[in-house]
Amino acid sequence: MSVVIEARDAEFAFGRTPALRGASIAVDAGEILAIMGPSGSGKSTLLHCLAGILVPDSGEILFDGVRVDTMSEPERSSLRRDRFGFVFQFGQLVPELTAAENVALPLLLSGVRRTQALRRAYAWFERLGLDGMEQRRSGELSGGQAQRVALARGLVAEPQVLFADEPTGALDSLTGEQVMDLLVSAAREQGTTVILVTHEARIAAYADREVMVRDGRVNAPDRIAS
Amino acid sequence: MSVPLTLLGLLEREPSHGYDLKRDYDAFFGRGKPLPFGQVYSTLSRLARDGKVVISDVAPGSGPDRKRYIITDLGATEVEQWLTQPVDPEPHLQTVLFAKVVLALMLDRPADEYLDTQRSAHLRRMRELTEIKRGGSLVDALLADHGLYHLEADLRWIEMTGARLDALRKAVRP
Ligand SMILES: Nc1ncnc2c1ncn2[C@@H]1O[C@H](COP(=O)(O)OP(=O)(O)OP(=O)(O)O)[C@@H](O)[C@H]1O
Ligand SMILES: [Mg+2]
Repeated sequence: MSVVIEARDAEFAFGRTPALRGASIAVDAGEILAIMGPSGSGKSTLLHCLAGILVPDSGEILFDGVRVDTMSEPERSSLRRDRFGFVFQFGQLVPELTAAENVALPLLLSGVRRTQALRRAYAWFERLGLDGMEQRRSGELSGGQAQRVALARGLVAEPQVLFADEPTGALDSLTGEQVMDLLVSAAREQGTTVILVTHEARIAAYADREVMVRDGRVNAPDRIAS
Repeated sequence: MSVPLTLLGLLEREPSHGYDLKRDYDAFFGRGKPLPFGQVYSTLSRLARDGKVVISDVAPGSGPDRKRYIITDLGATEVEQWLTQPVDPEPHLQTVLFAKVVLALMLDRPADEYLDTQRSAHLRRMRELTEIKRGGSLVDALLADHGLYHLEADLRWIEMTGARLDALRKAVRP
Protein backbone atom coordinates (compact mmCIF):
# COMPACT_ATOMS: atom_id res chain seq x y z
CA MET A 1 0.00 0.00 0.00
CA SER A 2 1.26 3.46 -0.78
CA VAL A 3 0.80 6.47 1.42
CA VAL A 4 -1.41 9.09 -0.19
CA ILE A 5 -1.60 11.70 2.53
CA GLU A 6 0.55 12.36 5.53
CA ALA A 7 1.15 14.76 8.41
CA ARG A 8 4.61 14.88 9.96
CA ASP A 9 4.95 16.44 13.37
CA ALA A 10 2.28 19.02 12.63
CA GLU A 11 1.81 21.79 15.17
CA PHE A 12 -0.98 24.32 15.05
CA ALA A 13 -2.25 26.93 17.48
CA PHE A 14 -5.35 29.13 17.36
CA GLY A 15 -3.72 32.27 18.73
CA ARG A 16 -2.37 31.04 22.05
CA THR A 17 -4.48 27.85 22.15
CA PRO A 18 -2.42 24.91 20.94
CA ALA A 19 -4.60 22.50 18.96
CA LEU A 20 -1.95 20.21 17.41
CA ARG A 21 1.29 19.45 19.25
CA GLY A 22 3.28 17.32 16.89
CA ALA A 23 0.65 15.21 15.16
CA SER A 24 1.90 12.56 12.73
CA ILE A 25 -0.20 10.26 10.62
CA ALA A 26 0.07 8.48 7.27
CA VAL A 27 -2.94 7.26 5.33
CA ASP A 28 -2.73 4.65 2.59
CA ALA A 29 -4.40 5.04 -0.78
CA GLY A 30 -7.87 3.52 -0.68
CA GLU A 31 -7.85 3.28 3.10
CA ILE A 32 -10.82 4.29 5.23
CA LEU A 33 -9.41 5.78 8.40
CA ALA A 34 -11.35 6.88 11.48
CA ILE A 35 -9.92 9.65 13.63
CA MET A 36 -11.30 9.39 17.16
CA GLY A 37 -10.66 11.20 20.40
CA PRO A 38 -12.20 13.39 23.05
CA SER A 39 -13.83 16.72 22.28
CA GLY A 40 -11.26 19.46 21.84
CA SER A 41 -8.39 17.02 21.27
CA GLY A 42 -7.64 18.43 17.81
CA LYS A 43 -9.43 16.04 15.42
CA SER A 44 -11.01 18.73 13.24
CA THR A 45 -7.83 20.78 13.25
CA LEU A 46 -5.86 17.74 12.07
CA LEU A 47 -8.41 17.09 9.34
CA HIS A 48 -8.26 20.72 8.20
CA CYS A 49 -4.46 20.64 8.10
CA LEU A 50 -4.46 17.39 6.08
CA ALA A 51 -7.01 18.90 3.68
CA GLY A 52 -4.98 22.05 3.14
CA ILE A 53 -7.65 24.25 4.70
CA LEU A 54 -5.34 25.21 7.56
CA VAL A 55 -1.56 25.46 7.30
CA PRO A 56 0.35 24.08 10.31
CA ASP A 57 2.69 26.43 12.17
CA SER A 58 5.41 23.79 11.87
CA GLY A 59 5.75 20.28 10.52
CA GLU A 60 4.81 19.02 7.08
CA ILE A 61 1.73 17.94 5.18
CA LEU A 62 2.27 15.76 2.12
CA PHE A 63 -0.19 14.72 -0.55
CA ASP A 64 1.13 12.19 -3.07
CA GLY A 65 4.60 13.01 -1.79
CA VAL A 66 4.21 16.74 -2.47
CA ARG A 67 4.40 19.33 0.30
CA VAL A 68 1.01 20.96 0.80
CA ASP A 69 1.98 23.24 3.66
CA THR A 70 4.42 25.19 1.48
CA MET A 71 1.93 25.73 -1.36
CA SER A 72 0.38 29.12 -2.01
CA GLU A 73 -3.29 29.59 -1.11
CA PRO A 74 -4.39 29.40 -4.79
CA GLU A 75 -2.44 26.15 -5.21
CA ARG A 76 -4.03 24.64 -2.10
CA SER A 77 -7.41 25.84 -3.21
CA SER A 78 -7.14 24.08 -6.57
CA LEU A 79 -5.82 20.96 -4.84
CA ARG A 80 -8.91 20.93 -2.64
CA ARG A 81 -11.18 21.49 -5.61
CA ASP A 82 -9.59 18.93 -7.93
CA ARG A 83 -8.51 16.13 -5.61
CA PHE A 84 -10.49 16.35 -2.39
CA GLY A 85 -14.12 15.98 -1.39
CA PHE A 86 -15.71 17.12 1.86
CA VAL A 87 -18.66 16.18 4.06
CA PHE A 88 -19.35 17.95 7.33
CA GLN A 89 -21.66 17.36 10.27
CA PHE A 90 -24.35 19.64 8.94
CA GLY A 91 -24.55 19.03 5.20
CA GLN A 92 -24.03 22.71 4.47
CA LEU A 93 -26.04 22.55 1.29
CA VAL A 94 -26.60 25.83 -0.50
CA PRO A 95 -30.24 26.62 0.35
CA GLU A 96 -30.95 28.53 -2.86
CA LEU A 97 -29.96 25.59 -5.08
CA THR A 98 -31.86 22.37 -5.74
CA ALA A 99 -30.49 19.13 -4.37
CA ALA A 100 -29.23 18.18 -7.85
CA GLU A 101 -27.48 21.52 -8.30
CA ASN A 102 -25.88 21.12 -4.90
CA VAL A 103 -24.49 17.74 -5.91
CA ALA A 104 -23.29 19.14 -9.24
CA LEU A 105 -21.55 22.09 -7.58
CA PRO A 106 -18.01 20.67 -7.34
CA LEU A 107 -18.18 19.72 -11.03
CA LEU A 108 -19.48 23.16 -12.04
CA LEU A 109 -16.69 24.79 -10.02
CA SER A 110 -14.05 22.78 -11.80
CA GLY A 111 -15.43 23.79 -15.20
CA VAL A 112 -17.60 20.83 -16.23
CA ARG A 113 -20.47 21.97 -18.51
CA ARG A 114 -23.80 22.37 -16.74
CA THR A 115 -25.76 19.66 -18.57
CA GLN A 116 -23.03 17.13 -18.06
CA ALA A 117 -22.52 18.11 -14.41
CA LEU A 118 -26.23 17.70 -13.72
CA ARG A 119 -26.33 14.37 -15.53
CA ARG A 120 -23.53 13.05 -13.31
CA ALA A 121 -25.25 14.51 -10.27
CA TYR A 122 -28.56 12.79 -11.09
CA ALA A 123 -26.89 9.40 -11.21
CA TRP A 124 -26.17 9.71 -7.49
CA PHE A 125 -29.80 10.12 -6.47
CA GLU A 126 -30.85 6.59 -7.29
CA ARG A 127 -27.66 5.18 -5.90
CA LEU A 128 -28.24 6.83 -2.54
CA GLY A 129 -31.95 6.06 -2.39
CA LEU A 130 -32.93 9.64 -3.12
CA ASP A 131 -34.96 9.23 -6.32
CA GLY A 132 -37.45 12.02 -6.73
CA MET A 133 -35.59 14.42 -4.44
CA GLU A 134 -33.54 16.02 -7.24
CA GLN A 135 -35.53 19.26 -7.41
CA ARG A 136 -36.00 19.79 -3.69
CA ARG A 137 -34.22 22.54 -1.81
CA SER A 138 -32.31 21.74 1.37
CA GLY A 139 -35.16 23.03 3.54
CA GLU A 140 -37.40 20.34 2.06
CA LEU A 141 -35.12 17.43 2.96
CA SER A 142 -34.87 15.48 6.22
CA GLY A 143 -31.54 15.48 8.02
CA GLY A 144 -30.66 12.04 6.69
CA GLN A 145 -31.63 12.96 3.12
CA ALA A 146 -29.67 16.22 3.28
CA GLN A 147 -26.65 14.32 4.56
CA ARG A 148 -26.87 11.83 1.69
CA VAL A 149 -27.04 14.75 -0.76
CA ALA A 150 -23.95 16.19 0.93
CA LEU A 151 -22.26 12.81 0.57
CA ALA A 152 -23.08 12.72 -3.14
CA ARG A 153 -21.63 16.21 -3.47
CA GLY A 154 -18.48 15.08 -1.68
CA LEU A 155 -18.00 12.13 -4.01
CA VAL A 156 -19.38 13.32 -7.37
CA ALA A 157 -16.04 14.58 -8.68
CA GLU A 158 -14.42 11.23 -7.78
CA PRO A 159 -11.94 12.81 -5.39
CA GLN A 160 -8.78 10.99 -4.37
CA VAL A 161 -9.50 11.76 -0.72
CA LEU A 162 -12.83 12.35 1.00
CA PHE A 163 -12.62 14.30 4.26
CA ALA A 164 -15.60 13.74 6.52
CA ASP A 165 -15.94 15.52 9.88
CA GLU A 166 -18.67 13.90 12.00
CA PRO A 167 -20.74 13.22 8.87
CA THR A 168 -23.34 11.35 10.93
CA GLY A 169 -23.10 13.53 14.02
CA ALA A 170 -26.50 15.14 13.53
CA LEU A 171 -28.36 11.93 12.63
CA ASP A 172 -30.04 9.24 14.72
CA SER A 173 -28.14 5.95 14.90
CA LEU A 174 -30.03 4.05 12.23
CA THR A 175 -29.91 6.92 9.72
CA GLY A 176 -26.29 7.58 10.63
CA GLU A 177 -25.35 3.99 9.90
CA GLN A 178 -27.21 4.03 6.59
CA VAL A 179 -25.20 7.09 5.55
CA MET A 180 -21.96 5.39 6.66
CA ASP A 181 -22.87 2.24 4.78
CA LEU A 182 -23.39 4.26 1.60
CA LEU A 183 -20.25 6.26 2.18
CA VAL A 184 -18.11 3.15 2.58
CA SER A 185 -19.63 1.35 -0.42
CA ALA A 186 -19.24 4.36 -2.70
CA ALA A 187 -15.70 5.08 -1.53
CA ARG A 188 -14.64 1.45 -2.05
CA GLU A 189 -16.20 1.40 -5.50
CA GLN A 190 -14.26 4.39 -6.72
CA GLY A 191 -11.15 3.70 -4.65
CA THR A 192 -11.48 6.92 -2.69
CA THR A 193 -9.40 7.29 0.46
CA VAL A 194 -11.60 8.39 3.36
CA ILE A 195 -10.52 10.30 6.44
CA LEU A 196 -13.41 10.27 8.85
CA VAL A 197 -13.59 12.14 12.15
CA THR A 198 -16.01 10.60 14.61
CA HIS A 199 -16.29 10.09 18.33
CA GLU A 200 -18.76 7.24 17.88
CA ALA A 201 -17.28 3.76 17.99
CA ARG A 202 -20.09 2.26 15.94
CA ILE A 203 -19.35 4.73 13.16
CA ALA A 204 -15.58 4.21 13.44
CA ALA A 205 -16.23 0.47 13.06
CA TYR A 206 -17.02 1.09 9.37
CA ALA A 207 -13.40 2.15 8.84
CA ASP A 208 -10.40 -0.08 8.18
CA ARG A 209 -8.43 1.36 11.07
CA GLU A 210 -8.76 3.92 13.81
CA VAL A 211 -6.36 6.35 15.43
CA MET A 212 -6.89 8.28 18.65
CA VAL A 213 -6.09 11.97 18.94
CA ARG A 214 -5.26 13.14 22.46
CA ASP A 215 -4.00 16.59 23.36
CA GLY A 216 -3.09 17.35 19.78
CA ARG A 217 -1.13 14.14 19.19
CA VAL A 218 -2.00 10.95 17.36
CA ASN A 219 -1.84 7.59 19.14
CA ALA A 220 -2.02 4.73 16.72
CA PRO A 221 -2.76 1.40 18.35
CA ASP A 222 0.59 -0.22 17.69
CA ARG A 223 0.76 -2.84 20.37
CA ILE A 224 -2.18 -4.92 19.32
CA ALA A 225 -2.16 -8.24 21.13
CA SER A 226 -4.67 -10.82 20.06
CA MET B 1 -14.31 -12.27 37.26
CA SER B 2 -11.23 -14.32 37.98
CA VAL B 3 -10.81 -14.83 41.73
CA PRO B 4 -7.38 -16.53 41.50
CA LEU B 5 -5.89 -13.81 39.32
CA THR B 6 -7.39 -11.05 41.43
CA LEU B 7 -5.97 -12.58 44.63
CA LEU B 8 -2.60 -13.00 42.91
CA GLY B 9 -2.74 -9.37 41.87
CA LEU B 10 -3.49 -8.29 45.43
CA LEU B 11 -0.56 -10.39 46.62
CA GLU B 12 1.74 -8.62 44.25
CA ARG B 13 1.42 -5.48 46.38
CA GLU B 14 2.89 -7.27 49.40
CA PRO B 15 2.81 -10.64 51.10
CA SER B 16 -0.50 -10.95 52.94
CA HIS B 17 -2.61 -13.11 55.19
CA GLY B 18 -5.73 -14.72 53.88
CA TYR B 19 -7.99 -12.43 55.86
CA ASP B 20 -6.25 -9.31 54.48
CA LEU B 21 -6.82 -10.60 50.98
CA LYS B 22 -10.45 -11.31 51.69
CA ARG B 23 -10.96 -7.87 53.19
CA ASP B 24 -9.42 -6.09 50.18
CA TYR B 25 -11.17 -8.34 47.70
CA ASP B 26 -14.53 -7.61 49.31
CA ALA B 27 -13.80 -3.89 49.49
CA PHE B 28 -12.74 -3.46 45.88
CA PHE B 29 -14.12 -6.36 43.89
CA GLY B 30 -16.85 -8.01 45.96
CA ARG B 31 -19.67 -5.78 44.71
CA GLY B 32 -21.67 -6.59 47.83
CA LYS B 33 -20.99 -10.31 47.40
CA PRO B 34 -18.24 -11.18 49.88
CA LEU B 35 -15.82 -13.95 49.03
CA PRO B 36 -16.34 -16.88 51.46
CA PHE B 37 -13.28 -17.65 53.59
CA GLY B 38 -13.39 -21.21 52.38
CA GLN B 39 -12.98 -20.05 48.78
CA VAL B 40 -10.12 -17.73 49.73
CA TYR B 41 -8.16 -20.57 51.33
CA SER B 42 -8.97 -23.18 48.71
CA THR B 43 -7.91 -20.73 45.99
CA LEU B 44 -4.71 -19.91 47.83
CA SER B 45 -3.80 -23.55 48.34
CA ARG B 46 -4.38 -24.24 44.65
CA LEU B 47 -2.14 -21.30 43.80
CA ALA B 48 0.47 -22.72 46.19
CA ARG B 49 0.18 -26.19 44.63
CA ASP B 50 0.74 -24.62 41.20
CA GLY B 51 3.80 -22.75 42.40
CA LYS B 52 2.29 -19.30 42.01
CA VAL B 53 2.50 -18.46 45.71
CA VAL B 54 4.54 -19.80 48.58
CA ILE B 55 3.39 -19.97 52.16
CA SER B 56 5.47 -18.74 55.06
CA ASP B 57 4.54 -19.39 58.67
CA VAL B 58 5.18 -16.15 60.42
CA ALA B 59 3.47 -16.71 63.73
CA PRO B 60 3.72 -19.70 65.98
CA GLY B 61 0.70 -21.93 66.26
CA SER B 62 -1.48 -23.38 63.60
CA GLY B 63 -4.54 -22.46 61.58
CA PRO B 64 -4.84 -20.73 58.24
CA ASP B 65 -4.62 -17.20 59.65
CA ARG B 66 -1.06 -17.77 60.77
CA LYS B 67 0.06 -18.16 57.19
CA ARG B 68 1.37 -15.44 54.99
CA TYR B 69 1.23 -15.84 51.24
CA ILE B 70 4.03 -14.59 49.00
CA ILE B 71 3.73 -14.37 45.23
CA THR B 72 6.38 -16.22 43.19
CA ASP B 73 7.93 -15.17 39.88
CA LEU B 74 5.58 -17.56 38.14
CA GLY B 75 2.60 -15.93 39.85
CA ALA B 76 3.86 -12.44 39.04
CA THR B 77 4.33 -13.38 35.40
CA GLU B 78 0.78 -14.61 35.26
CA VAL B 79 -0.55 -11.35 36.71
CA GLU B 80 1.57 -9.40 34.23
CA GLN B 81 0.18 -11.41 31.30
CA TRP B 82 -3.36 -11.08 32.49
CA LEU B 83 -3.08 -7.31 32.85
CA THR B 84 -1.32 -6.75 29.55
CA GLN B 85 -3.48 -8.94 27.32
CA PRO B 86 -6.78 -7.45 26.27
CA VAL B 87 -9.84 -9.40 27.30
CA ASP B 88 -11.71 -11.10 24.49
CA PRO B 89 -14.14 -8.43 23.40
CA GLU B 90 -17.41 -10.06 24.31
CA PRO B 91 -20.30 -8.29 25.99
CA HIS B 92 -20.61 -8.14 29.78
CA LEU B 93 -16.98 -7.93 30.74
CA GLN B 94 -17.25 -4.81 32.81
CA THR B 95 -16.27 -6.61 36.01
CA VAL B 96 -13.09 -8.08 34.52
CA LEU B 97 -12.09 -4.77 33.00
CA PHE B 98 -12.82 -3.07 36.28
CA ALA B 99 -10.68 -5.54 38.23
CA LYS B 100 -7.81 -5.09 35.82
CA VAL B 101 -7.90 -1.32 35.98
CA VAL B 102 -8.07 -1.20 39.78
CA LEU B 103 -5.26 -3.72 40.17
CA ALA B 104 -3.13 -1.95 37.61
CA LEU B 105 -3.48 1.27 39.60
CA MET B 106 -2.77 -0.50 42.89
CA LEU B 107 0.38 -1.99 41.38
CA ASP B 108 1.43 1.29 39.74
CA ARG B 109 1.19 -0.20 36.27
CA PRO B 110 0.22 1.79 33.15
CA ALA B 111 -3.57 1.44 33.42
CA ASP B 112 -4.06 3.90 30.54
CA GLU B 113 -2.06 1.65 28.21
CA TYR B 114 -4.16 -1.36 29.20
CA LEU B 115 -7.27 0.65 28.45
CA ASP B 116 -5.86 1.68 25.06
CA THR B 117 -5.04 -1.92 24.21
CA GLN B 118 -8.50 -2.97 25.27
CA ARG B 119 -10.07 -0.18 23.23
CA SER B 120 -8.34 -1.32 20.06
CA ALA B 121 -9.32 -4.94 20.71
CA HIS B 122 -12.92 -3.81 21.14
CA LEU B 123 -12.83 -1.71 17.99
CA ARG B 124 -11.33 -4.57 16.04
CA ARG B 125 -14.22 -6.81 17.13
CA MET B 126 -16.67 -4.03 16.27
CA ARG B 127 -15.20 -3.83 12.77
CA GLU B 128 -15.69 -7.58 12.34
CA LEU B 129 -19.30 -7.35 13.50
CA THR B 130 -19.91 -4.36 11.22
CA GLU B 131 -18.53 -6.38 8.32
CA ILE B 132 -20.92 -9.23 9.17
CA LYS B 133 -23.76 -6.77 9.44
CA ARG B 134 -23.04 -5.19 6.06
CA GLY B 135 -22.68 -8.48 4.25
CA GLY B 136 -25.31 -10.57 5.96
CA SER B 137 -29.03 -11.07 6.29
CA LEU B 138 -31.30 -9.01 8.52
CA VAL B 139 -31.00 -11.65 11.23
CA ASP B 140 -27.21 -11.48 11.06
CA ALA B 141 -27.44 -7.71 11.20
CA LEU B 142 -29.66 -7.73 14.27
CA LEU B 143 -27.40 -10.18 16.10
CA ALA B 144 -24.34 -8.18 15.14
CA ASP B 145 -26.04 -5.01 16.34
CA HIS B 146 -26.73 -6.57 19.70
CA GLY B 147 -23.03 -7.27 20.12
CA LEU B 148 -22.09 -3.85 18.77
CA TYR B 149 -24.25 -1.93 21.24
CA HIS B 150 -22.86 -3.89 24.17
CA LEU B 151 -19.28 -3.40 23.03
CA GLU B 152 -20.05 0.27 22.58
CA ALA B 153 -21.25 0.44 26.18
CA ASP B 154 -17.95 -1.13 27.31
CA LEU B 155 -16.06 1.39 25.22
CA ARG B 156 -17.90 4.30 26.78
CA TRP B 157 -17.02 2.91 30.15
CA ILE B 158 -13.38 2.63 29.02
CA GLU B 159 -13.47 6.30 27.95
CA MET B 160 -14.98 7.47 31.21
CA THR B 161 -12.57 5.40 33.27
CA GLY B 162 -9.63 6.65 31.23
CA ALA B 163 -10.68 10.21 31.95
CA ARG B 164 -10.91 9.49 35.69
CA LEU B 165 -7.78 7.40 36.25
CA ASP B 166 -6.11 10.02 38.42
CA ALA B 167 -9.05 10.20 40.80
CA LEU B 168 -9.41 6.41 40.82
CA ARG B 169 -5.70 5.99 41.59
CA LYS B 170 -6.15 8.14 44.70
CA ALA B 171 -9.17 6.09 45.75
CA VAL B 172 -7.45 2.71 45.53
CA ARG B 173 -3.98 3.69 46.79
CA PRO B 174 -4.49 5.37 50.12
N1 LIG C 1 -11.58 28.72 15.51
C1 LIG C 1 -10.99 28.48 16.67
N2 LIG C 1 -10.54 29.48 17.45
C2 LIG C 1 -9.92 29.26 18.61
N3 LIG C 1 -9.71 28.03 19.13
C3 LIG C 1 -10.14 26.98 18.42
C4 LIG C 1 -10.82 27.16 17.16
N4 LIG C 1 -11.13 25.94 16.69
C5 LIG C 1 -10.69 25.04 17.61
N5 LIG C 1 -10.10 25.68 18.65
C6 LIG C 1 -9.45 25.02 19.81
O1 LIG C 1 -8.50 24.09 19.33
C7 LIG C 1 -8.54 22.89 20.08
C8 LIG C 1 -8.81 21.72 19.13
O2 LIG C 1 -10.08 21.92 18.53
P1 LIG C 1 -10.71 20.94 17.46
O3 LIG C 1 -11.90 21.64 16.90
O4 LIG C 1 -9.66 20.47 16.52
O5 LIG C 1 -11.17 19.73 18.40
P2 LIG C 1 -12.03 18.42 18.03
O6 LIG C 1 -11.22 17.26 18.48
O7 LIG C 1 -12.47 18.47 16.64
O8 LIG C 1 -13.28 18.59 19.04
P3 LIG C 1 -14.83 18.20 18.81
O9 LIG C 1 -14.93 16.71 19.02
O10 LIG C 1 -15.52 18.93 19.94
O11 LIG C 1 -15.24 18.65 17.46
C9 LIG C 1 -9.60 23.09 21.14
O12 LIG C 1 -8.94 23.50 22.32
C10 LIG C 1 -10.45 24.20 20.59
O13 LIG C 1 -11.00 24.95 21.65
MG1 LIG D 1 -14.37 18.68 15.67
